[in-house]
Amino acid sequence: MSRLFELRVIIGGLFLVYGVILTVTGAVDNGAQLAKAQGVRINLWTGLVMLAIGVVFLAWGVARPDNPDQES
Amino acid sequence: MHVLAESHLRLSVNAEDYVILAVYFLVVLGIGFAARTRVKTALDYFVAGRSLPAWVTGLAFVSANLGATEVIGQAANGAQYGAMTVHYYWVGAIPAMVFLAIFMMPFYYGSRVRSVPEFLGRRYDGSTQALNAVVFAIAQVLIAGINLYALAIVVQAMLGWPQWVSIVVAGAFVLVYITLGGLSSAIYNEVLQFFVIVVSLVPVVLLSLKKAGGWAAMKTKIDASVLGNPGLHAWRNTGFGSHNPMDASWLSIVFGLGFVLSFGYWTTNFAEIQRALSAKNMSAARRTPVIASYPKVFLPLITVLPGMLALVLVPGLGKTYQYNDAIPLLIRDVLPNGVLGLALTGLLASFMAGMAANVSSFNTVLTTDIWEPFLRPGRSDEYYVRLGRWFTVAGVAAGVGTAFIAASFSNLMNYMQTLFGFFNAPVFATFLVGLIWRRMSNAGAFCGLAAGITGAILVYILSVNHVVDLGSSLNVSFIVAAIGFAVDIVVSVLVSLVTTPVEQSRLEGLVWGSNPDPGAAAALSRAGRGSTIALGAGVLVIALILYILVF
Repeated sequence: MSRLFELRVIIGGLFLVYGVILTVTGAVDNGAQLAKAQGVRINLWTGLVMLAIGVVFLAWGVARPDNPDQES
Repeated sequence: MHVLAESHLRLSVNAEDYVILAVYFLVVLGIGFAARTRVKTALDYFVAGRSLPAWVTGLAFVSANLGATEVIGQAANGAQYGAMTVHYYWVGAIPAMVFLAIFMMPFYYGSRVRSVPEFLGRRYDGSTQALNAVVFAIAQVLIAGINLYALAIVVQAMLGWPQWVSIVVAGAFVLVYITLGGLSSAIYNEVLQFFVIVVSLVPVVLLSLKKAGGWAAMKTKIDASVLGNPGLHAWRNTGFGSHNPMDASWLSIVFGLGFVLSFGYWTTNFAEIQRALSAKNMSAARRTPVIASYPKVFLPLITVLPGMLALVLVPGLGKTYQYNDAIPLLIRDVLPNGVLGLALTGLLASFMAGMAANVSSFNTVLTTDIWEPFLRPGRSDEYYVRLGRWFTVAGVAAGVGTAFIAASFSNLMNYMQTLFGFFNAPVFATFLVGLIWRRMSNAGAFCGLAAGITGAILVYILSVNHVVDLGSSLNVSFIVAAIGFAVDIVVSVLVSLVTTPVEQSRLEGLVWGSNPDPGAAAALSRAGRGSTIALGAGVLVIALILYILVF
């Protein structure tokens, strides 16, 4: 079981999916939703941050695959 | 017994929130099934084949502790005791994690043991190993109950299911994903949940802060609350005779909470150590706790701070609502659908990961420290893996039972700290003396450990029945731990002096001053030492700076 599967790709993929869902929600949030969140488009901001984190993890996982025998 | 969740805490969850939740659980089950096809040997199942990189084991290390007691419990403490709660992190966890990384991890990893009791079995003999294993297994089942109970609070707030249905359903889910993939799937999920919980709690904190009117307004409001000004300071009111929310002096904070409780927890709790033992090499194992300490040092921002915010934002916290409800209440009040689903996912993931850590360490200890050495030695690998899976079932079932015990405590953290005082502080003493002092004998270790645990429980019983008055329940947990530690050391030393010492040649790799990995070259056993010390010094400086800010 030297390399189970690439965890960074799983994290990156999950965050991309969440990022898309939240960004879209944030873009269409109505008055009531905004009022609850103190007037902040919180879905939009959280979605964009998650998209960015997702991209970073995917890039890291693809660019430097983990090698179990190598000193990291 | 307290019956939980009066129906007033209900969340307005919509379809989008459920989609977010469902995506997460599909991924978690996917990891379990994928891991199942790769688990071939007992080593794979119990220490993930010793194959994981340092960043994975490091995040799993912090995440295994980021369960219900941390998220729900430290927020409850933040609301009840204010800024003093940061002591759990900055004088407690951080120094202990650095100590573990520099001084103890080389011996754990280098000795190739699969568990903490197994190390004690090498240093001493089977009796100390068995005692530690039994006590640890009991503690893990009790703590698994806390995590399950917290899961049930969230499920109930979301769906309105009865408490017992929520507990059983949550238990069944945890069961599926650890029986499938063993430790590696537990660890992978811990890393995943770490990111989800952090990303989902940050919006809660920011929006709550905005709602409170900003940082300065929050401080003014806490000043005017039941906590008053002492609720804003970590050290200012801890002199002897001064009043502070914890009713604890600097001495019991530094020695009881910091040295004994936290060092005991972080350096000997196998649910934590197991994460580092699954690292791919000595260097990664050493760095595991220090890598974990960097996120840990900032966690009060998403645990303690929301607790303090809940105190000023939610009228009736501590009266109509339990302190344990602090974070779920903030989530209800400030998060719109979307991030609401994300936050619920984070909470559920965190409690399940905490429970998975309890159960995966429970099954390892029962298999490798009780069943294999004492009951059925020398069987095949498949036999022990199958047995490990059955112990997982047993652990989850027992956790369902202990969840109902946890339900009777209004502040989960206090309950758990008391358990740690009983169990971890004496083990830490036995460990530490054994590492420092070659003369410590097998009989000394066993008698010391048994006496330490008994002493701690006795003091607790005396204080619960008001025979002695030790202040707040938090302070009781510090003192109980300190007494367990001290009694263990005194009895260990006295008994060791009058019994036969351990054969000295056997101690290579098990005591300070010897090569921690006798099988490997000296250069290999020193791998990662320099970077670990540098990283450790860095995090201690950060903790110090943070302390100055909230002095």
